[in-house]
Amino acid sequence: MRTIHLDHVAASPPLPQVVDAMIPFLRERFHNPSSIYSAGEEVTEALEMARDRVATLLHAKEEEIIFTSGGTEANNWALKGVLQANRSPVKHLITSSIEHFSTLHAARSLEKEGVAVTFLPVDKHGLVDPDDVERAITPNTALISVMHANNEVGTIQYIAEIGQIARKHNIPFHTDAVATAGVIPVDVEALNVDLLSLAANAFYGPLGVGALFIRRGTKIAPLLDGGRQERGFRAGTENVVGIVGMGIAAAIASEEMDARIAHLTPLRDRLIREVTGRIEEVALVGHPTRRLPGNVSVLVRYVEGESMLLFLDMEGIQVASGSACISMSLKASHVLLAMGIDPGSAQGSLLFTLGSENTNEDIDALMNALPPVIQRLRDMSPLYKRVSQFKPAQPKLAVAGKEK
Amino acid sequence: MTVTYLDNNATTAVDPRVLEAMRPFFCERYGNPSSMHSFGGTVARDVARARENLAQSLGASAKEIVFTSGGTEADSTAILSALATAPDRREIVTTRVEHPAVLNLCKRLARDRGYVVRWLSVDRQGKLDMDEVRSRITDNTAIVSVMWANNETGVIFPVEEISEIAHEHGAIMHTDAVQAVGKVPMNLEASQIDFLSLSGHKLHGPKGIGALYVRRGTRFSPFVVGGHQESDRRGGTENVPGIVGLGEAARLCSEGFADHVATMRRLRDRLEQGLMATVPLAHLNGHPEARLPNTLSIGFEYVEGEAILMRMDVKGICASSGSACTSGSLEPSHVLRAMGVPFNSVHGSIRFSLSRYTTEDEISYVLEEVPPIIRGLREMSPFGREYLSAVCTVQ
Repeated sequence: MRTIHLDHVAASPPLPQVVDAMIPFLRERFHNPSSIYSAGEEVTEALEMARDRVATLLHAKEEEIIFTSGGTEANNWALKGVLQANRSPVKHLITSSIEHFSTLHAARSLEKEGVAVTFLPVDKHGLVDPDDVERAITPNTALISVMHANNEVGTIQYIAEIGQIARKHNIPFHTDAVATAGVIPVDVEALNVDLLSLAANAFYGPLGVGALFIRRGTKIAPLLDGGRQERGFRAGTENVVGIVGMGIAAAIASEEMDARIAHLTPLRDRLIREVTGRIEEVALVGHPTRRLPGNVSVLVRYVEGESMLLFLDMEGIQVASGSACISMSLKASHVLLAMGIDPGSAQGSLLFTLGSENTNEDIDALMNALPPVIQRLRDMSPLYKRVSQFKPAQPKLAVAGKEK
Repeated sequence: MTVTYLDNNATTAVDPRVLEAMRPFFCERYGNPSSMHSFGGTVARDVARARENLAQSLGASAKEIVFTSGGTEADSTAILSALATAPDRREIVTTRVEHPAVLNLCKRLARDRGYVVRWLSVDRQGKLDMDEVRSRITDNTAIVSVMWANNETGVIFPVEEISEIAHEHGAIMHTDAVQAVGKVPMNLEASQIDFLSLSGHKLHGPKGIGALYVRRGTRFSPFVVGGHQESDRRGGTENVPGIVGLGEAARLCSEGFADHVATMRRLRDRLEQGLMATVPLAHLNGHPEARLPNTLSIGFEYVEGEAILMRMDVKGICASSGSACTSGSLEPSHVLRAMGVPFNSVHGSIRFSLSRYTTEDEISYVLEEVPPIIRGLREMSPFGREYLSAVCTVQ
């Protein structure tokens, strides 16, 4: 069975060029970059080349890129590190209520340590209002952290505007750009950010590696103490293989980004049109235009996301419901709840995240498979039966599965 | 030029079988183990198998393994968890010769958070004084963190015995076993160790992956927080190729354990005896017996370690002075200083660390090349005259 991967938010296949570049560093070029002999120095050169490539992707300077084990570590570090470097006895953190768990849980653990935290609300599209950010600022605000785009609903925030406000008040500003870096243009100058997290796998790089951009002059304590790697910012022997892979992925992303966006956007728009137009009671979640190019997030009424996901899986189609990180929990997504969606409807979340290798044929296959799956599940749903008794039959649904 | 790599305590080459085990997970099997669909589900099974293999090699159970980004993160996780779960205990007991991952964290905890750190001394051979250990661990100790084996000298500490003392006082026992795993037999089930840190790239696995052993029932507070991965003990999408690689590396280590250890020890002893016999004014750093089978640290008087390394590099021999993590600095090794190694011997100290792949020929080559390098450097050295007179007195 041909499988169709529409779950790029969970995992993307590293590019062959990325893998080819990485493999030599496992065996022939395995040396520790901190070693002083020439083999170690050659590895250091490879690391610096990767740093340069990631810096170019973000329009940053090389020395502003510190490699981490991924987006989660970068987000943990940005919050804990900046708050720890701030010596004031009373500290305040502003973040949003739709952040990734790595930001949210870091904020909660800071809260336990006595930091005051404001979790900003979002509107029905999942947008943070920059004016809300400004209103939340207190004399003790030590950091503002708002994600660039939410991977679960695809909404792209007004980061440049929030950054301007932060700068006006002289407050460090962090953005979690895991969903955007390497995917859409991310320019640390234009976005007015002081710290920015990214992960390599989001742009067809390997798992287990990411980076934190730290604008020169930003005060931050290390998260990991120990050796002097990464100029003392991040201890631990460098994940050379991962970093080299991330560098190649960044270079290719810089080059191919426009083409990727041009490929993804029409596919996304077609899928949104068809999934909301051809199946009754399916609603788009997130912003209609300020949206990640590969992201289609919908709510299907009267059906559970997990059930749809498992039925589609049997047809060889991989999708997600909520984010992969919470998929082991059956709680409704905090992002959907924050957008004002009731917990019952939130259960019907279905998330398609498209990638470079997806085609119109993949959308065809999905649109063939999905309507009967939904119909079958709705037929089993007592809630749907009760509702549909009061409705005329929907001929549209009955034929959807037979099209093409 | 062929490279003779005797710096395996810095990092090791990935075993070809480990690479083959990892390869599919870079490419076609890129799924996320947390995904609910089968593409992710099959990957989750491989992650589980890796966890099982690693646990087995330690004499632990799979549930006791938390994968991390490496040894440094594992060390931080262990120490900070112990402090977070015992807020009333304000003291940390550790040694003066720990890896910087423990040493620098403890220094910062003392400076920024007011913890009292009881630094354990070592003697001239790098060994702990067990009376001092007993007197330093009290009911106010939150954590005892003692490395299993030292990265610079290979000296092995009696961590199992120390863990019993820690438990008598209700303290958590952590050991940084980054250098010991794969070289020292371990059966954690039978010990009282609560936390153990290890790293993939020291045992022919990949860099960027490590693990923390967390004894069942030990109070735990996560360090890197985020999603529900690692049973809520470490957030972040799993580094699947890294985890699979570490599992395979651990399996291979236990597979031929006795043979690997015997080979390394025999070759190391040959190197040690050969150098001691041919180079005057050379001293072993560390205990001759209570030591990792692969590690040899020698202080060569009247010569700079860095200069030896450069000359050896020209000959294709990789070794190190002190540890790789501190080699960016010109400060003399904190380990050798803590042992009271005399100044001129500290500066001329070289660490040779072998692996299971080290051959007789490589040792012969080093024994051929290194003595003339040291002789040559000593003759050029401003201390040369002093050295010559010292040699004359000795001989």
